[in-house]
Amino acid sequence: MRSDPKTFDALVAADQASEMVTFLTTERLLFKNRKTQKIEPGLAESWKLQEQGRRVVLELRKGVQFSDGSPFTASDVAFTVRRLVDPKLNSPKSSAFRSGEAVAKVEVLTPHRVAITFPAIVPGIENELAGIPIQSERNREKAGLGPYVVAQYQAGSLIVLSRNPYYWRTEGGRRLPKIDTVRIAIQQNADTEAERFRRGEYHLLESVDPTLYERLERDLPGQAHDAGPSNDIEFLWFNQAPQAPVAPHKLTWFQSRSFRRAMSLAIRRDDIVRLVYQGRATVAAGLTPPGNKLWYKHGLKPHPFDFEAAKKLLQQDGFVLRGDNLLYDRQGKPVEFSLITNANNKARARIASLIQQDLGKLGIRVNITTFDFPSLVERIGRTLNYEACLLGFVNLAQDPMSGMNMLLSSGPQHMWNPNQKTPATAWEQEIDKAMREQASTTDAKKRKAAYDRVQQILSEEAPVLFLAHRNTLYAASPKLHHVLATNDYPRLLWNAEHLSWSDR
Amino acid sequence: MLQALAITVLLLLAVAGVFAPWLAPYPYELQDRESPSLGPSAKHWLGTDDLGRDRWSRFLYGTRISLTLAPAAALLTLTVAVLVGVLAGVAGGWVEQTLLAATDLFASMPWLFLLLIIRAALPLNVPAWTSVGITFAMLGLVGWTAAARVVRTAVHTARNDGFLLQARAMGSGFTQIWVRHFLPNLRPVLLAQFWISMPLFVLSEANLGLLGLGVAEPLPSWGNLLFELTSHREVAEAPWVLAPAVALVVTLLAMQRLSRRDWQEGVAR
Repeated sequence: MRSDPKTFDALVAADQASEMVTFLTTERLLFKNRKTQKIEPGLAESWKLQEQGRRVVLELRKGVQFSDGSPFTASDVAFTVRRLVDPKLNSPKSSAFRSGEAVAKVEVLTPHRVAITFPAIVPGIENELAGIPIQSERNREKAGLGPYVVAQYQAGSLIVLSRNPYYWRTEGGRRLPKIDTVRIAIQQNADTEAERFRRGEYHLLESVDPTLYERLERDLPGQAHDAGPSNDIEFLWFNQAPQAPVAPHKLTWFQSRSFRRAMSLAIRRDDIVRLVYQGRATVAAGLTPPGNKLWYKHGLKPHPFDFEAAKKLLQQDGFVLRGDNLLYDRQGKPVEFSLITNANNKARARIASLIQQDLGKLGIRVNITTFDFPSLVERIGRTLNYEACLLGFVNLAQDPMSGMNMLLSSGPQHMWNPNQKTPATAWEQEIDKAMREQASTTDAKKRKAAYDRVQQILSEEAPVLFLAHRNTLYAASPKLHHVLATNDYPRLLWNAEHLSWSDR
Repeated sequence: MLQALAITVLLLLAVAGVFAPWLAPYPYELQDRESPSLGPSAKHWLGTDDLGRDRWSRFLYGTRISLTLAPAAALLTLTVAVLVGVLAGVAGGWVEQTLLAATDLFASMPWLFLLLIIRAALPLNVPAWTSVGITFAMLGLVGWTAAARVVRTAVHTARNDGFLLQARAMGSGFTQIWVRHFLPNLRPVLLAQFWISMPLFVLSEANLGLLGLGVAEPLPSWGNLLFELTSHREVAEAPWVLAPAVALVVTLLAMQRLSRRDWQEGVAR
């Protein structure tokens, strides 16, 4: 793990480290199998949707105990849901459980039956339930239902997890987990991490830098693995917000579909994959990676590199390449813009350099400016004082509901033109319509069709130039068995209770 | 002998920097994407980086930037330090107390945040060279406090020295005492401060890159070239990537040699 967990409270965990530890120390009503991406029973043996998907009645598993030996009942579920919707807690996991001022209501029907009524229809309700860790009403801080409990924590150094003797899952009549103790090292330096793995001091690396991957693969054959495109994505967008402090002639460029598509066609995404990620990435066709089996739009093609087509689009928009090898717009203004990104990210700095050179061939001058992350967020989220931005998402959630804030034109994270009162363009209006459509039904087919339309519009209009999904690279000792890597967090430890160890 | 060697090394590096556009076989930003991460060859003396850019050309241009701007920043630091230190040392009394308090206050300020604010206030489309100039000017303007204290102590010591009393007794005027006797005696201290500050500025520039304040891509500097050396395995497998680190160490040794000579001369005088 690269950093300390910010909290051990599973309901407020938002950072990757906290999510990892709390995933191992808590249990959920439903279980999402990361391999099949299907929902399976968890603490609830069965569930029934009522009122068009606004209400769910769950039959809880009997005989389940917390790590302190106390029994798990419907009261614990009620306690968790009430705590989750408590505005004072401000849980990042509560969005599906609230709608405006209204919050989800929970009823204990019997000690092992519970009903949750949501304030609005929640598409993908099972996914939501698979994301809520259940806490103990009696001993919230110390008792958990997960396969492990925190036995030791040394800040900045180590977290030791020991097996929960009361964990409910079994395999072949034997209570899981199979491994008694898991030591999670907190190691900021990827190079040191790889070196310690090489020496046999670490047995599982959740993430391996592409620059280190080849060496690990060469030095320890069969121990470094590439699990394909992850849910991480790198992308670039132009600021189209009319209220932004951007020169009007530049706003005109950025609001032009031809200009954006020309930029996209001039970028050599294959070079990004090859040079920045040493080939361990996948060219992105859209926001949703191909590993997301449920929501990826099959047949959606990445924008190809086509320099001539890019030039043609720019010519159609009135841009002219002059003798000084610079591109000028209709008003005779040279095409120059700044590309901001966050400092201290080597891969992103490399991508920016490649884009700078690619667009330079069109006669466009790109000035790369880096900022510390808080300053960058301030610019793209509040002051809008930027022209183009290169950024990425890590572990993008799989269900499109998580993208509402970004894709709806009124959304605060609608990065190219946030918080619109009414959609600025017809295609944004169409995206709004499709996103609302998928959010208002529990019919999986209708939702998929609506989200496919959104992906198609994003590809055609190119408000965001999707670049690459880095692959999930990991390393595992041959002594560790049943490691099933996925592109959904926690990528390797989602089935931690089934992992086993042999010294041979 | 060692001094001659030190001067030669510094001269060679200065020549390399000044004549970088003529000595560099390729433009520093040129990406040969079909030849990334190559080892040294006749075509690429120090190989290529992971974007296929010629390391030797980038080293030469980096030398130009770092060895031009780090001394400029050191001079700026020294100028402010001399003004404050000499005034405090000569005037004494409440002037000295006030200047020392101001120096302490300046030293205790959260410069990192102020630098971030300055960066945020700069326009977005600042050309890379302007950004470099601003970075080093900022470094120069915030780094004078320690040097000012050293200068003030040196002034105190010199003020009570016999040679000044003797000059006064012989009827030398104020200007003559300052120009002919006092300032030359401060020279070793000032030079030592100069040599100390310079490498610090080279490294500080690299660290400022973490905040987006350093030399922006694709411009190279010793700082951002050094920053690439984060993987010890990579260094072991491709030791030629160490060229900027070696150049920095050699420069430091040469500067240290020269500063020691200046100090020794000052003591002898």
